[in-house]
Amino acid sequence: MVAAIRVPKTKRARRELLKHAPKLVETGKKTLILHGTKTSAVLNSVLSDIYHLKRDNAVKYTKKNDNIRPFENGGESSLEFFSLKTDCSLIVYGSHSKKRPNNLILGRTYDHHIYDLVEVGVENYKSMESYVYDKKLAPKLGSKPFFAFIGEHFESSEELKHLKEVLLDLFRGEVIDNLNLAGVDRIYVCTAISPTTVYMMHCALRLKRSGTPIPRMELVEVGPSMDLVVRRHRLPVESLKKEAMKTAEHAKKMKNVTKDPVQGKLGKVYMPDQQVGKLTLSNDIKGLKRERREAKKNKEHSKKQKVNPE
Amino acid sequence: MAEGAAATPAASSCEVDLGNLMAYDPSHHVATAAASREELRQECLQKATELAQAVANSLFALPPSEDRDGPIVHLPPPTIRLPREKHLPKPKPPTKWELFAKAKGITKRKKNKREWDEQTQSWKRTYGYDRVNDDKDVPIIDAKATDEPGVDPFAQRRQEKKKRVEKQEKNRLENLKKAAKVGALPSHIQLAARALPITGTKADLPKKSRKEDLENVAGMASSATASGGKFDEKLPGEKPPKHPGKHRKFLPVAEGKGMGNLEKQQNDKILNSLLARNSDEQLDVGKAITMYKVKKEKQRRKDKATFPKSDKLKPQKKSLKKSSKKKA
Repeated sequence: MVAAIRVPKTKRARRELLKHAPKLVETGKKTLILHGTKTSAVLNSVLSDIYHLKRDNAVKYTKKNDNIRPFENGGESSLEFFSLKTDCSLIVYGSHSKKRPNNLILGRTYDHHIYDLVEVGVENYKSMESYVYDKKLAPKLGSKPFFAFIGEHFESSEELKHLKEVLLDLFRGEVIDNLNLAGVDRIYVCTAISPTTVYMMHCALRLKRSGTPIPRMELVEVGPSMDLVVRRHRLPVESLKKEAMKTAEHAKKMKNVTKDPVQGKLGKVYMPDQQVGKLTLSNDIKGLKRERREAKKNKEHSKKQKVNPE
Repeated sequence: MAEGAAATPAASSCEVDLGNLMAYDPSHHVATAAASREELRQECLQKATELAQAVANSLFALPPSEDRDGPIVHLPPPTIRLPREKHLPKPKPPTKWELFAKAKGITKRKKNKREWDEQTQSWKRTYGYDRVNDDKDVPIIDAKATDEPGVDPFAQRRQEKKKRVEKQEKNRLENLKKAAKVGALPSHIQLAARALPITGTKADLPKKSRKEDLENVAGMASSATASGGKFDEKLPGEKPPKHPGKHRKFLPVAEGKGMGNLEKQQNDKILNSLLARNSDEQLDVGKAITMYKVKKEKQRRKDKATFPKSDKLKPQKKSLKKSSKKKA
């Protein structure tokens, strides 16, 4: 059964695999960007812009991909394989067809299986190159973005509620404890302009002096901007969602410890059954009387001596 | 200060999630139909500036700690919780040795990496290449009384070592399999048989039937005749079915403990029930039910014989009516 086990042959491959291991506190999710057999010029540009925005933590495939139909049964298999191969859990898949022009599928995976999907159509797209602005303002790679969600549809419409979560997950980057205030330089603005449409734009933040410690914010649009029209969407399965929402606290949860407002921290202590029969006993048991104990010791000692001459 | 104050009323109508640096204004309504694209853009930018200001207000209010690269603030955890990417790491089950050591109260203790080697008079590693008491450093092995003539002690020594290594490898694989069952395999190791099942792929489909399964089925089919396959011609290479006939179990005749005692117990039970004081009063519920059913069936047949035609048309209703009449 030796053949049943596969171990990396090089240390480098081993290290790489260890990086893929599930962690208690996760670092940022990686994004996989790919397209189907047919794409339009608009979609190509959208995909490369998204890749540009997420360059620090994304993988972009440039070849055509057959057989990817995430919403259909069996059409997600190669997507899941790519997710496993590249260790990406956010997926941006572009396709273009007569029925669904400029189609963008945003998906997430859990344990390399599809978790949820949102399909959006891209309209009124303006690429990053078309914006002219002072390049000093350009947001730095990997900076933590701000988010602004505007509009009541994000709460009332089921699809947009879902899209909001997916967009936030896609662009927010790593969850961090400490933030350098000097590195605040970008914001994603998402406006719900109808129950199915979100107007999304990307702006640079300019911190202006205001005479107080809190600077005055100024937005400069740096692109891209587009309308996302929700087409199909698939919410996560409830049981899977519950599983995926577990945090490190669930793992570390202390058993038998309670907090009391009066007494403070309280603990319950359970003593396991004392199995006297299985105890490993030494020669000098305190339970015996000293004379007997010594007699026993002497007896054993003499035994050993008897054995040795033989 | 005036600008900061001006931003506060806007901030009151929005939700701020400082962990994600996000602000959400659910109350704002965008008039789409009337506005042109440029107007819409302006409106969005203006509203977004307000929201960004709201985030900044709470962000810059956090106490910063000075760093060489700039002021650093400690962010609270995000309020909007997003799903994990992978499951929580599962704890590794203890190995067989660890279980044994725990039961016996054996604790790990540190060993020196290097030890003094008497053979070569130098410090050497305790394990691995060029270790203490290495095969190549042992020129002479003392003969013992138990030694068999004709056996090379050096070859024997090598073989024993090889056996120990193989045994350890076997144990390691066992432990890995146990860990794989729980799903707590170290991530750099994969059991080849347990390739990740991806939904909709071959791994998901039922396994291809093995030769053994086919033989079993063939055996079953050949014996599925009235004569139990006695007079059928056997195909070339066909084997007799694996489990022919009944699986009757007889209790051991000889008396003894455990299984041997079982027959005695069974007989005791029967005798006890027979010889019990109120054995004649005992009610066999199963028998009573069958008797009752048979009686009812007879009654039904009798009724059927008396009203055959009507019964055919509306059998259920009729019977109901009759019973009600009887009761009345």
